[in-house]
Amino acid sequence: MLSGGARRAVRAWTVLILLFLYVPLALVLVNAFNSSRTFAFPPSGFTTQWWVVAWHSEGMWKSLANSVTVGLGATAIALVLGTMAAFAVQRYRFFGREVVSFLVVLPITLPGIVTGIALNATFTSALGVTLGLATVIVGHATFCVVIVFNNTQARLRRLGTSLEDASADLGASPWQTFRYVTFPMMRGALVAGAILAFALSFDEIVVTTFTAGPTVQTLPIWIFGNLFRPNQAPVINVVAAALTLVAIIPVWLAQRFGGDPATTRV
Amino acid sequence: MRLRRRMALAFLLVPPMAWLVLAYLGSLAVLLVSAFWSTNSFTGAVVHKFTTHNIVQAFTETVFRVTTLRTLGVALLVTAICIVLAVPLALYMAKVASPRMRLLLVIAVTTPLWASYLVKAYAWRMLLSPEGPLAWAGGYTPGYGLTATVITLAYLWLPYMIIPVFAAFDRVPDSLIDASSDLGASDLSTLRMVMAPLIFPGIAAGSIFTFSLSLGDYIAVTIVGGKTQLLGNVIYGQLVTANNQPLAAALSIIPLAAIILYLLAMRRTGALENV
Repeated sequence: MLSGGARRAVRAWTVLILLFLYVPLALVLVNAFNSSRTFAFPPSGFTTQWWVVAWHSEGMWKSLANSVTVGLGATAIALVLGTMAAFAVQRYRFFGREVVSFLVVLPITLPGIVTGIALNATFTSALGVTLGLATVIVGHATFCVVIVFNNTQARLRRLGTSLEDASADLGASPWQTFRYVTFPMMRGALVAGAILAFALSFDEIVVTTFTAGPTVQTLPIWIFGNLFRPNQAPVINVVAAALTLVAIIPVWLAQRFGGDPATTRV
Repeated sequence: MRLRRRMALAFLLVPPMAWLVLAYLGSLAVLLVSAFWSTNSFTGAVVHKFTTHNIVQAFTETVFRVTTLRTLGVALLVTAICIVLAVPLALYMAKVASPRMRLLLVIAVTTPLWASYLVKAYAWRMLLSPEGPLAWAGGYTPGYGLTATVITLAYLWLPYMIIPVFAAFDRVPDSLIDASSDLGASDLSTLRMVMAPLIFPGIAAGSIFTFSLSLGDYIAVTIVGGKTQLLGNVIYGQLVTANNQPLAAALSIIPLAAIILYLLAMRRTGALENV
């Protein structure tokens, strides 16, 4: 048992770290209602007019639509590939199992800029493909697989094989076992994995920069492009605040569907 | 039956492996090969002609060497800051807080990960601006530059350190801590001699993320770094501004090599099982 002094010290430290984590986010929310266009503090007045301006920003809606398309495409691919890899690793013993796990994790371990440049070189110099939404989806799917893989794998490990064995003993075919026993029990993990993969894709900027080409903008690319334009600052403030509020949704949904947002993103 | 099982395994394994090997390992291979290509000095187009010029240039030119050292320094400093910030917090979460409080803290610590990366970097641009909240409240701001970059990166990656360190503390049996204090050890001795060796793999696992993510970052630097250049900016500049894809590829071998060496070093600590 730690002494009282030590307990108080780590408690105080925890409070400080939580402030460190949340004050910047709170500031983003406050600034969206700032009537001034600068960062000068304290804000000069309260206004909701920038929300109206942002609502009518055409570039924002267009890039948002692109982000959603990319997120859905990448999530769909990741869902199929990640689930297959998780089943193989959890339900079969074979030579090279660790290699499979390692290969799935590798894309999020290496710096995004390496992945980005590698895909860029492959698409442009080696394959001669025109960069666009499709190439972004391929890039995002590559690092989204691991999210689905981790969620599904953890669930399969927890479920064990006794129910599947019982189903097979009672005469079910492998497909029937999957359809009526395994799949219903892991549906939650799949939904959670899909939500978290979508969220990861939605926020990605580095790999996107190198695979999108000059004509396609996702929401992060659009924000980054407008970040340094003083007259766009209020709109960016509003979009930033909206994104911060929306960020609670994946955490809440994933938790509800029995996923583990804490360990999937790490 | 065994044949059927094998076929089922092949059916499950081939599509994801094909994707990862072709799209990912294939791309990395192209990256390595393209570092040996050259560009047409007149049109800037990539010429598939073998040369070691880019590699030599990437590793010897002073600008690149200074930037590499600066980037490695930033990545190590950010990692150190994250460790210092995370360890007492993780200790509180795992060993002092009530189970209910612990769950709330896990959620509180991980939720910022889902807030947009750009928004978080932008928040620090607001905070650190010359007339911003920090200058107003504390009368001082480091302004945009190397210090701001280190602070922002530490802020962005801190949760990646907290979670594995918390998990490692959580696995330390309470009985060990009780035994240590019963035998007369002070809190610091218990922390140093009983807990530190047990949580080290957790710290190592977290450091893989803080180190790797810092090494490749160029967006946060652009937002809060002022004129500061890190490896990411230089690579981006070569690819986009200078239109020299082979040199960009050669330069990106530096962070790739650094992170692989780091992973190999961390593997000996058992950190990879904690990722």
